[in-house]
Amino acid sequence: MLHIKCPHCGMRSQNEFSYGGDASIKRPKLNKEISNEEWDNFVYNRKSLRGKHLELWQHLSGCRQWIKVERDTATHEIFNTYRADEEIS
Amino acid sequence: MIQKFRLQNGGLINRDKKLSFKFNGKTYSGYEGDTLASALIANGVHLVGRSFKYHRPRGFFGAGVDEPYAIVQLYRNNETEPNIKATEQELFEGLEAKSVNCWPSVNFDIGAINNFLKIFLPAGFYYKTFMWPKSFWYRVYEPFIRKAAGLGVASTKHDKERYEHKYEYCDLLITGSGPSGLASAYAAAKNGARVILAEDKPRFGGSLLTSDVNIGNQSGEDWANSIISELKEMPNVIVKNRSQVFGYYDHNMLVMSEKVSDHLPKTKKHHPKQRLWYIRAKEVLISSGSIERPLVFGNNDTPGVMLSSAAKEYLKVYGVIVGKNPLVFTNNDSGYETAIEFKKNGINPIILDTRVNPQSEIIDEAINLGIEIKFSYVVVAAQGYKKVSSADIAKISDDKKQLGTIENIKCDCICVSGFWTPTIHLASQSGNKTKFKEEIDAFVPGTSKQNETTLGAANGIFTLEETLKDSFMAGQDLSKKITNNDNKISFPNVVEKKSSQYDKFWCVPLPKGKNYKRFLDFQNDVAVSDIEIALKEGYRSIEHVKRYTTLGMATDQGKTSNLNGLQLVSEIENKVVPAVGHTTFRPPYTPISIGAIVGREVGKHSKPTRKSPMHSWHEKNNAVFVDAGVWLRPRYYKQGSENLFEASKREAKNVRTNVGVCDVTTLGKIDIKGPDAAELLNRVYTNAWLKLPVGKARYGVMLREDGIVMDDGTTTRISENHYHMTTTTAQAANVLSHLEYYLQLVWPELNVNVVSTTEQWAGAAIAGPKSRKLLEKLFPNNDVSNEGLPFMGYMESDLFGVKARIFRISFSGELAYEVNVESDNGQFMWEKIIEMGQEFQVQPYGTEALSTLRIEMGHVAGSELDGRTISYDTSLEGLISKKKDFIGKRSLNREAFTSSDRQKIVGVVPLDKKTSIPEGSHLVKDAKAPLPNKKLGHISASCWSVEHDNPFSLAILKDGKNMIGEKLFVMSPLKNKVIPVEIVSSHYVDPKGERVRS
Ligand SMILES: [Zn+2]
Repeated sequence: MLHIKCPHCGMRSQNEFSYGGDASIKRPKLNKEISNEEWDNFVYNRKSLRGKHLELWQHLSGCRQWIKVERDTATHEIFNTYRADEEIS
Repeated sequence: MIQKFRLQNGGLINRDKKLSFKFNGKTYSGYEGDTLASALIANGVHLVGRSFKYHRPRGFFGAGVDEPYAIVQLYRNNETEPNIKATEQELFEGLEAKSVNCWPSVNFDIGAINNFLKIFLPAGFYYKTFMWPKSFWYRVYEPFIRKAAGLGVASTKHDKERYEHKYEYCDLLITGSGPSGLASAYAAAKNGARVILAEDKPRFGGSLLTSDVNIGNQSGEDWANSIISELKEMPNVIVKNRSQVFGYYDHNMLVMSEKVSDHLPKTKKHHPKQRLWYIRAKEVLISSGSIERPLVFGNNDTPGVMLSSAAKEYLKVYGVIVGKNPLVFTNNDSGYETAIEFKKNGINPIILDTRVNPQSEIIDEAINLGIEIKFSYVVVAAQGYKKVSSADIAKISDDKKQLGTIENIKCDCICVSGFWTPTIHLASQSGNKTKFKEEIDAFVPGTSKQNETTLGAANGIFTLEETLKDSFMAGQDLSKKITNNDNKISFPNVVEKKSSQYDKFWCVPLPKGKNYKRFLDFQNDVAVSDIEIALKEGYRSIEHVKRYTTLGMATDQGKTSNLNGLQLVSEIENKVVPAVGHTTFRPPYTPISIGAIVGREVGKHSKPTRKSPMHSWHEKNNAVFVDAGVWLRPRYYKQGSENLFEASKREAKNVRTNVGVCDVTTLGKIDIKGPDAAELLNRVYTNAWLKLPVGKARYGVMLREDGIVMDDGTTTRISENHYHMTTTTAQAANVLSHLEYYLQLVWPELNVNVVSTTEQWAGAAIAGPKSRKLLEKLFPNNDVSNEGLPFMGYMESDLFGVKARIFRISFSGELAYEVNVESDNGQFMWEKIIEMGQEFQVQPYGTEALSTLRIEMGHVAGSELDGRTISYDTSLEGLISKKKDFIGKRSLNREAFTSSDRQKIVGVVPLDKKTSIPEGSHLVKDAKAPLPNKKLGHISASCWSVEHDNPFSLAILKDGKNMIGEKLFVMSPLKNKVIPVEIVSSHYVDPKGERVRS
């Protein structure tokens, strides 16, 4: 079971969180004209990375905040966690 | 019964407490502190089971967790449990156990015929033989194998025992209480670290209990006892025996199984049988020791052939001798320790040492004691069927290839020692890439992967002094990092005998003309010849060899067999062992009972149960409940001898003719506040929300980004910046997360707060032509007329002194209202509605009537919004705004969603107006068409229409828009039904929606 540091609450067990997928995906702006390809990339197309991955988790049974977690998908090592509004360099 | 193999003195058992037990129906006695194995051996019982494949007689091979043979069926307190190791099961008064894998009895086992037909059972036998002819598998092979084989029978009764889960955090978790575990725990504890020390056996001390060493002028055992007593007194230390750490998971989470009551005749009141510990440790010290390796020779599976360390443990811990005429067969000094213990107790062993001329302190001691030693000697084969009666031995040439003349010597047991295999399972599970250590021909942990440190024998270090030094240091350093304390501990003086180099030789060649089975895996009956066949047949990867031969795949997971298997493969393949590599170690290290894994989450505790505030009223009024997610909802209220169908029909009819009341507390409710609340709704729902006036409700549909309908419900504008959203019962949690996702991540600029209020409000739907009359009586001070409270109107009121919210919304298609009060007043509200409604013939209705009402009016619910349908399919496309963007809108113009023959919701009526249509049935054009018959759609929901008094169903049908009036067939192969039907509008009741507005 992973141990995830919620930036708001501290270290918590994985079973308090739910997984939310790739955090690097940006939703296209509302009312913006975009191609089918661009839309499909947003809705469907994801990379199945091996290695460092920035992903979303929600601290569901805690503060209910969506957070960003930088995790290695192969080893499960967590390098860092960020608030939803934190810019990641 | 006399315990003929029990010594007069010695051992750690309690000789004052005699215990009586039964094995295979026969009564024996042992002592408190015995295991079932030690007590049986004390009574001279060595035949305990039959092997898995050949049904060869099985005795005891080890004295603990590594035991491959002595697996029994245990009977305890009117319960039975399979797969119990006799070497681990502690004896208690009245214990009963039986042999497994033998039929009809352990002495006469019909499956043993396999042994004499073993030509038919080579490697891969199961794959090769039982595959053909196919029908034979079900009729002949499987029933026979099931009857004759198997390692015990699981009980089919409900397990009344309690199992608990516990979560714990610590600075250092130490797995094993041998010298390294004790030393590191002691050093860390003295530094103030929070320590958990886990020992799988009942006694602490590990190898110190059986080895002849001296630490700080105390015997090993006394030193262990003094350290343990001191640790037990420290508030920062948890010391646990009977506790096996069996899994090392991610982020230093380890799981330990504690056998709280298995050693007692009966679990004490308020105690669990077992406890599963989830331990999050900052540092993990693996001090799990090592397991002695067998030597391989002919018939080396005969009862009486045993690990030499086990024989020593039986002697020193239990005061039991495994034989009176022992032969010790060894390639290293460990065998000598066992021989010396025998000799000290008046028994004359013979040592066969594979080495040419070894010299060490311990060998000198054996010589001085007058023990007969034969160097360059091997056991070629054990003789005897149910117990060793003699051994064929021979001198072996220096190159270990040639056997000399075979001699036969009498003996009643053969204690084997093929050196030691470090127990690296936990380290390997942590992700540690193990490395091969040439000097000991075994794998040891490599670079730490998580925060694990492996110490002592588990790390391939076999001298006590080095082990203790390393372990004190590790305990001190690791705890210092955490606590910043630095208490130096003086290192005790250690006295131990020095060992000489061990012999890498481990597998005795077959003598000319003999075809003895030489076993590698004792539980799964994998012999040297099986590995040879597998390699000949082209299996190369060790993982494939394992699966093909079942080497190391039994319940002992090859604790004694893995390395010998690897060595054999490497020898035949002419590769070094590390090039062959070992198979993956996976948790659990030992079998764990299902009960322990499940814990308390059984029966009604398997999930939370949520009840509405009106639950007790429903109970008192004969409600029959149904699970709705975690909620319990009344399905119908039983009157007299009514069944579900009759009751729900009565309830639904009463709504259509009079008035009914339904508990709708379970609907998800989300409170939305903030200046941008309307904007949020406008982006979440497909229809327009910016112009909804205060005091009005609106129905909305929300989509996922892929265009699929996610949920529907009404949202009411309570005040300028305050909205009350409702969701379906099933989607309540998902919708909240969905809103939070967009507010926190996508549109953080929106100034809105969302919070679930599902449990804050009790809800009652009041529906039917007489509902307004009832409302007038409930709220005499309010104008609830069609003008005062129009359809989709909202007002706040007062229900006999209780704050109430009234929504004029309808799920049933009738004139209807929903009243909400704070949860604590729910029961009060409900009783008032029933009381005031008497004159209007009010009746409560359950979910079944609720479904009937919504189905016949064509209102979609979960069975239509099934994660595959879009707004068009469910005739909700009228709610799609063309003027604004919203979640999922861009998906709606993709080709599949705009095709002209897109599926759509329709109504379905059987032509005979009698036959009920099973939900999930398929709609087809031609009932007689050859298979696969093209499916045009499926039945999503069925009911008995109370309006028309005939069956009615909803269906999602291809090109449903143009199918109204068509005649099709409903097919349910599951129920073997073919029903001719007509397709009608999904709005079977009041298609113009006049009633809700009346
Ligand atoms: Zn949190």
